Amino acid sequence: MVFTPSVIAALAMTGLWMFALINVTPIMLWLERRAPAFMQDRLGPNRLGPLGLFQAIADVLKFIFKEDVNPAGADKVLFLLAPTIGFVASLLTYLVIPFGPEVTVAGHTFPLVVIDSDAGMLLFLALSSLGVYGLVLAGYSSNNKWSMMGGIRASAQMVSYELALTIAVVAALIPAGSLNLSRVVEHQIAGNLLGFLPAWNVFTQPLGFLVFLVAAFAETNRTPFDLPEAESELVAGYHTEYGGLRMALFYMGEYQSMAILSALGATLFFGGWSLPGVDAAAAGAWIAGLPLIGAIGPGLGTALFGFSVLIVKTYIALFGFIWVRWTFPRFRYDQLMRLGWKVLLPLALLNFVVVAALAVAGKI
Amino acid sequence: MIPIAWYLVLASVLFCIGAFGALTRRSGIAIFLSIELMLNAANLTLVAYSRIHGDSAGQMFVFFALAVAAAEAAVGLGLFISIYRLRHTIDVNRLNRLRW
Amino acid sequence: MLLTVFALFAGVALVSAIVVVLHRNPVVSTMSLVVTLVATAGLFIMLGSPFLAALQILLYTGAILVLFLFVIMLLNVQRERTTTTRMSGMFIGAGICALVFAGALVRLFWSAYADTAVKPLDPEAFSLVSVARDLFATYLLPFEMIGLLLLVAVVAASWVAKKPESADDPDAIEVVKQGEPR
Repeated sequence: MVFTPSVIAALAMTGLWMFALINVTPIMLWLERRAPAFMQDRLGPNRLGPLGLFQAIADVLKFIFKEDVNPAGADKVLFLLAPTIGFVASLLTYLVIPFGPEVTVAGHTFPLVVIDSDAGMLLFLALSSLGVYGLVLAGYSSNNKWSMMGGIRASAQMVSYELALTIAVVAALIPAGSLNLSRVVEHQIAGNLLGFLPAWNVFTQPLGFLVFLVAAFAETNRTPFDLPEAESELVAGYHTEYGGLRMALFYMGEYQSMAILSALGATLFFGGWSLPGVDAAAAGAWIAGLPLIGAIGPGLGTALFGFSVLIVKTYIALFGFIWVRWTFPRFRYDQLMRLGWKVLLPLALLNFVVVAALAVAGKI
Repeated sequence: MIPIAWYLVLASVLFCIGAFGALTRRSGIAIFLSIELMLNAANLTLVAYSRIHGDSAGQMFVFFALAVAAAEAAVGLGLFISIYRLRHTIDVNRLNRLRW
Repeated sequence: MLLTVFALFAGVALVSAIVVVLHRNPVVSTMSLVVTLVATAGLFIMLGSPFLAALQILLYTGAILVLFLFVIMLLNVQRERTTTTRMSGMFIGAGICALVFAGALVRLFWSAYADTAVKPLDPEAFSLVSVARDLFATYLLPFEMIGLLLLVAVVAASWVAKKPESADDPDAIEVVKQGEPR
């Protein structure tokens, strides 16, 4: 293994992202209970720790100590493989999301993204499409007809909405002219709409953002599209037979894919790691001037700034996920599929054509 | 840089494994999977050749081959569903009458 | 270093290809094919085309093989009963044919390309811009025809797989039970 500076940088960034993603689950476990309580004018769990912050620890302990049930007749290998695939596939996609411009640390310059490739967005879409196998295999290997129906429905829904998601994403890439997400963010920084708005894609292609939003809800099986896993339908759908740690893996996979899609939406439509009006290098220099944290230097200071901004935007989007969950009723399955194919796909194509025409005309 | 011949050798071995599967299996789905394996081996050969000559035509061929494989898989699996509905079997040893 | 990566991808591809053709459970065969295709995508990246690698994972494993799994689950395809085919004439014959053919191909490729020096990868030749230029300028006609082909495939698949409407439908095909006289 050749430990060149770029390899060390990539490993460090990987560690940072893994830390952030693993921590999404406890935070979401807490938020998922306190936020709807706040919306429904009641208290959520508030016994454990201040504001009930240690509820996540209690949940994790409960998951660990539950009995591991293997249903009779289930294919053991596939039964264990399904939540693993779901977990790992959602954990691979952060590799192409940038969290800062090029920084110089200890004399080496590198962009703040783990894989800086011209095919970045394609890699993201490819790796996130592997998550379908978690659902399909979970449904199949449980030896339970309700699980299988839930699994088929969930994976058909995921595959259908992937189309609309992909076309909305491609339309968001057109102004930047590259599949590299760093270029997309740079393009959004370097513009100004109406004199005061940043050139974020949410302002130039609102329809595309709407399609992306709806498709993201459907991709992650969240309400209003959570029929395959809702508690009142088909027992619990494809993860009926899972308990304990395997259920925890499913949960983590779902929260992580929510977080990743939120980060992607923030990068594509809301300017990613940038704050309007704040120059990243200046922010890094300001952080380097602070008493204690300032020891990391301006390069890492810029990285910290960019990463924090991205995380804040991601969590705002995650709060939006929870908000929508506790506001809307869920779709019936045929309504869901009709929405995906007959409404969202034509809208995404329309958005694509309009954005392409505007880009050719030089307006975007 | 790995000698390019190794990629071609690997592709030919994969192709022959797929051919063996297509000849030996009884289940129609398994035969179809072996055919997809052969297609994949051919794609690998094309990309290796594209690398040898520095010509992107090989990659374009693979691009179109992927799309054709998708179309073929869709129609083929539709045919399997239809056959199963009629004869209640996918076993190719039983599907030996050229009528419905 | 590159050798280790190549050996890893090649080894994984070979082992899972063998599992695809030998395992009796169709779901396990499909998942092994997924592993083979992902390993081949890794080899594509080593050969300098990350686009094809991403496309292979996106299309082949992300869509086509999911369709395979759907059909397997829909038709409830059981484990294959191979008690009669193992060690039968077909098995041995196919094995010998595959070995001979593999040997011939390997000999051919090895003798032809064993000492070919490959030029270093030109980043311009396989970049996004050149791929786009190829697709939309040089190969525009095949591109449009692929679109037409996919449309035809969608229409054909949905027609072939639809349920027969009713007994009076002139296009419907009667279901013949096994062994019954027509």
